[in-house]
Amino acid sequence: MLYSLISRHSTMALVAESQKSGNMLLFLLWHVVHLIISVLYIVREILRAIESYLITNGYVKTNTNLNLDRVKYLGIVVDSDEARNTSQVIELLEWLSAIGVKKVCLYDREGVLKKSKEVFMEKFGSAKIPNEKLVSGPLLSKKRMDFEFVSLSDGKELVAKAANLLFKKYYVDADSEKPFFTETHLTDALKTLGAVEPDPDLLLIYGPVRCHLGFPAWRLRYSEMVHMGPLKYKKYGLILKAIHRFTKVKQNYGS
Amino acid sequence: MEVNPIITTDNSLKQMEEERSENIMTKLLTDLNSTARKLLFGAISTGPIPQHIAFIMDGNRRFAKKWKLTEGGGHKAGFLALMSVLKYCYEIGVKYVTVYAFSLDNFNRRPDEVQYVMDLMQEKIEGFLKQLTIVNKYGVRVLFIGDLKRLYEPVRIAAEKAMEATAKNTKTYLLVCVAYTSSHEIPRAIYESCQAKSGVVMNGNGSVNGDYNHEVGIKVVDLDKHMYMGVAPDPDILVRSSGETRLSNFLLWQTTDCLLYSPKALWPEMGLWQVVWGILKFQMSYKYLEKKKKQA
Repeated sequence: MLYSLISRHSTMALVAESQKSGNMLLFLLWHVVHLIISVLYIVREILRAIESYLITNGYVKTNTNLNLDRVKYLGIVVDSDEARNTSQVIELLEWLSAIGVKKVCLYDREGVLKKSKEVFMEKFGSAKIPNEKLVSGPLLSKKRMDFEFVSLSDGKELVAKAANLLFKKYYVDADSEKPFFTETHLTDALKTLGAVEPDPDLLLIYGPVRCHLGFPAWRLRYSEMVHMGPLKYKKYGLILKAIHRFTKVKQNYGS
Repeated sequence: MEVNPIITTDNSLKQMEEERSENIMTKLLTDLNSTARKLLFGAISTGPIPQHIAFIMDGNRRFAKKWKLTEGGGHKAGFLALMSVLKYCYEIGVKYVTVYAFSLDNFNRRPDEVQYVMDLMQEKIEGFLKQLTIVNKYGVRVLFIGDLKRLYEPVRIAAEKAMEATAKNTKTYLLVCVAYTSSHEIPRAIYESCQAKSGVVMNGNGSVNGDYNHEVGIKVVDLDKHMYMGVAPDPDILVRSSGETRLSNFLLWQTTDCLLYSPKALWPEMGLWQVVWGILKFQMSYKYLEKKKKQA
């Protein structure tokens, strides 16, 4: 009986050991998989750099004749930490201006770009911030672009403000008619609060991850969202490629 | 023996294989396949696993065109892909899965196609209701999200029955968005919040409820609570098949900190590798997105 007790105990210990080493094995496997992925990402970055070089220098003809009419409103989402590097943002805007983009919506979550609006205005012309009057800077006809600066407070919080507007309009008077709210009610309330700009057709996301980071939800319904990578690794040729791809997209809008 | 693809599990598939064929090779390969998948999932589970994945099931009609099927055939193939994807998600440990089955915009499609999709939904939901014991064994709670009044009557009835039948399950959730768009969801949440607020004001013959403060008004948390999707946490990954990069009015409010993933595969071609790759991408973005969530 003592023998069976000992053997049972040692079997259990063996099982526990093998489970532990099994877990170690899976843990190592996970790290190996992620290491391989990181290597693949580096290879992809190198290939993208080559591709961008080829496009920028005219070796790939198809990306050069852009039908910019389709991009009526371009949105740029920038990671807030990267947005603090104003010179990088200015370089990006210079590229967009050179391509011929006229209307840009600049979004970063914390409003860093909003704080630097004077810098952009000086360089590129007029700028507009929701709820503020149109302010114009010196007109340089070649480089002039229209800007809109947006941050997280222009998203869900603005919708909450619109909700309060609607509440005041329809619910303060107990006897008034209370319609079921539709998109029209919301859009009108938002217009009263200064949100008059259209939805961006194309959204370029500059950051480590493909995520719109809280861009105003009701403006994203049919926007194409392209992840461009971190701002510090931006490439001119890839912007051309993204715009070119966008002009080729066919949307059914659900039907 | 008729096989209902909705609830067929790995175990019952294996049983059928045994009954049908005595081929040892086949059995060996199936076991190997299943073990390999368990190993893969075990390795991935070492890192963070998303709690909620949402899918836009795009590409059924393109698939039908590619393989010269009828349009209905594309939707049917899409349904089979959905079952596989669900199985992999629940096996890996994802708790909430949301799928965009039918948009309010889709009512603009040709009437015969709309009818076909409605009929298919009704057929699948009713089939599902016949196999409730197995569904409840896996603890799947099914919720239909959207303006259900817009659905054709038999579909709506079947959907409500399915929701009632699985209401007690809490292990995993399947949220099926039908007759849904964010453009409808957001104003509706405002309407519901206003109704709730005015209900508080009207409490007790016009006298104001002690806790209610006129100045506070409606806040973002009130809107979150009244969204259709308020029943689940925000998605961690939003997957749109067919390589399209837009959200098409789906979960716009809920994707503030959500990883967007667009595999090139058409929806009926989606399977294990897209789910695995999506989760690996999520694991690579995890630290960054957690940081962003904390900053909000």
